[in-house]
Amino acid sequence: MSINIVQGVETDQETEAIQEARRQVEICNACRYCEGYCSVFPAITRKRLFAEGDLTQLANLCHNCRGCYYACQYTEPHEFALNIPKILAEVRSESWETFAWPGGLARRFQESGVTMALLLTAGLALFFALIQFLQPESGRGFYAYLSHGLMVALFAPAFLLPLATIAISLRRYWRSVGGARVRLSQLKTAFLDAAQLRNLSGGQGQGCNFEQGTRYTDRRRWLHQAVLYGFLLCFASTSSATLMHYVMGWEAPYGFFTPPKLLGVPGGILLMIGTAGLAWLKLRAAPELGAVRVWGGEMAFVLLLFLVAATGLALYAASGTAAVSPLLAIHLGAVLTFFLLMPYSKMVHGFYRLAALVRDAQQKESTQ
Amino acid sequence: MSEVESLSRQDWDVVVVGGGNAALCAAIEAAEAGCRVLILEGAPEPYRGGNSRHTRNFRCMHKGPLSVLTDSYGEDEYFDDLMLVTKGETDEDLARLAIRSSEDCLPWMEAHGVRFQPSLSGTLSLSRTNAFFLGGGKALVNAYYNTAEDLGVSVAYEAQVKHVEVRDGRFEAVQAEIAGAPCRIRGRAVILASGGFQADIDWLARAWGPSARNFLIRGTPYNRGVVLNDMLEQGAESVGDPTQCHAVAIDGRAPKFDGGIVTRLDCVPFSIVVNREGERFYDEGEDVWPKRYAIWGRLVAAQPDQVAYSIIDSRSIDLFMPSVFKPDQADSIEELAEKLELPPDKLKETVVHFNAACREGDFYPTELDGLATQGISPAKTNWARPISEPPFYGYALRPGVTFTYLGLKVDRTARVSDAQGRYDNIWAAGEIMAGSILGQGYLAGFGMTIGTVFGRIAGQEAAAHVN
Repeated sequence: MSINIVQGVETDQETEAIQEARRQVEICNACRYCEGYCSVFPAITRKRLFAEGDLTQLANLCHNCRGCYYACQYTEPHEFALNIPKILAEVRSESWETFAWPGGLARRFQESGVTMALLLTAGLALFFALIQFLQPESGRGFYAYLSHGLMVALFAPAFLLPLATIAISLRRYWRSVGGARVRLSQLKTAFLDAAQLRNLSGGQGQGCNFEQGTRYTDRRRWLHQAVLYGFLLCFASTSSATLMHYVMGWEAPYGFFTPPKLLGVPGGILLMIGTAGLAWLKLRAAPELGAVRVWGGEMAFVLLLFLVAATGLALYAASGTAAVSPLLAIHLGAVLTFFLLMPYSKMVHGFYRLAALVRDAQQKESTQ
Repeated sequence: MSEVESLSRQDWDVVVVGGGNAALCAAIEAAEAGCRVLILEGAPEPYRGGNSRHTRNFRCMHKGPLSVLTDSYGEDEYFDDLMLVTKGETDEDLARLAIRSSEDCLPWMEAHGVRFQPSLSGTLSLSRTNAFFLGGGKALVNAYYNTAEDLGVSVAYEAQVKHVEVRDGRFEAVQAEIAGAPCRIRGRAVILASGGFQADIDWLARAWGPSARNFLIRGTPYNRGVVLNDMLEQGAESVGDPTQCHAVAIDGRAPKFDGGIVTRLDCVPFSIVVNREGERFYDEGEDVWPKRYAIWGRLVAAQPDQVAYSIIDSRSIDLFMPSVFKPDQADSIEELAEKLELPPDKLKETVVHFNAACREGDFYPTELDGLATQGISPAKTNWARPISEPPFYGYALRPGVTFTYLGLKVDRTARVSDAQGRYDNIWAAGEIMAGSILGQGYLAGFGMTIGTVFGRIAGQEAAAHVN
């Protein structure tokens, strides 16, 4: 076999971040001390040349635990100036912008928390206006303020269309990283990794170096788990309500001992704890070990998720009082904003991460 | 009051000079025994840890599976391995002490924050003998600094010790500059763990000869041997060959200092190596690379301008660990010679001559395949395959110094002595005394063993003296 390692696999259209990531990853590949931390480094050792798609894959595999940064002999002021968590975060956020459809929106919302806040304001205004002007004649619970039909008409497309664009983005990603046909075993590996956040474990369960410098802590993993499982519980709550509504003909409002509440209340609490905790960690963590450009958008997204959870719980707590009307508008406005932003915010990382884990499982299999 | 003034005003129980593995082990032991300990680390904080930050494993005796180590590795086998590399240049008593103590050290290291992992890819041959640090030596150094901080140890960075005040065999104080500010720091005991002198190029040139100015230093630029020299001038007993250093052949484009692990080049066995004149000078295929790694430092050092060039063809480019710098590449040997600034005709002649001496046979890159040249000198005794398939690649090689052998002589308690006998309260650990045990050659992971074992002993002994 003859490969041209000097000319390499660069193309003319590469961004500076891709070129810098290649420079750094090639140094890592000659060192390999960090192999034990996460999946990124074993993936590096399986390659000798790093095409743009390889770097995109590595970037989406990286969970930004920062263990490698603190263990590295070659961080600044050393002339090799390695900062793998940062450069991979930059490539990662750039890749989401490249693959997003329509393009441009992602850049806007990733970079600017203010834009996100503006969209949220618009969402809130919309629902205050809808409740003000289109309040139905009759209806129980929330449906006394906004008819079921109108809610479905708004939220079904607001949920499904973003999901469809994410599907398009993921296909673009899959092509870019050279993904093969997915097998069940690979999905299983990827979901298990994600479910345990194995790549935030520091390799041995001691956790990562996110907010305490050289000291390991497992806080980020626990808090992210709270967000992940809180979110899934909330999603399950909504799904169960949908099924009850359409299949069983059992309409809201639901009492506490029903699936929507038994899933939704703990889910909302977990989501609040998790998002508040992650926002707090983000304030304590060194921004220069991540993609500084998207810090604002990421923080705004975490706070938006907190708002969704908090208003959802508040709404339940306020049942039967005059506070329901404004709280409903705020909650629905926040949820709508969240849905619409799924493809263009930090939310999308979950989809790419899973795809990257599946691809990693494929590459592991093919080298075994 | 400035930090420097405040450090100077205190009476420290134990002053530790240096901030690498041995220093930290000593400081932790002393602090756990209740001492007030100050670490004087010569480097600024990002570069703390001396050469330990470039290390990656710990060679450990064990009677059965231990932590990440498989099987067993007994004292005699360990000692035999040491004798193979040192050719007898060792103090058997101290060597066996280090080996025997290593087994207790591993759990101690884990209890003090160090994390181990199974051996890295490409180092399976070490999975029985060497425990690898998760994240490498800098992660170990970080863990120890955190542990030391939790124990109340004080650390001053950019603290360069210039002189150790000794009166009537007793240490009284060190004279240092902390971030450029001169100061005098008193202590009831001192532990010297400030490494060898390999980063002092002038000293290297005096010891080895002027060609040492062309050597690269693989590790920290802060090991300039100031404390070692100061102690020797005051009559401390020395050990180890003052003219020798451990050097390997590394990528000639590596930084002058601190290039570390990534500057190694593993291509030599699959190449021909020529000097500046385009001539071969040694059997490139003598043995598998890790075993022959060390002698090439010396071989290259003996060539004009202390440089050599390893040349392979396209069939070999995937047979070794990736290099940090890309090779020069060309479609003909003459073109490659021009890129490497070698005489093209001579290099062509060397390659043609070498290729003609290669014979048919099976090539196995991972074992001694016996595929040897016929009728040339020097012969290549394994992996002798013609350099014939373009593109051709060339890497420059230079000697990279790992450490120096000259050090302070110590006894079983890590105590330093002069002609009158042992100093009352001066101990040494790590590279500054490793020449007592490692008089020649190098055994992977053994430097960390010496540092850990004697660092701990020095810390315990100094604490016992103070208390």
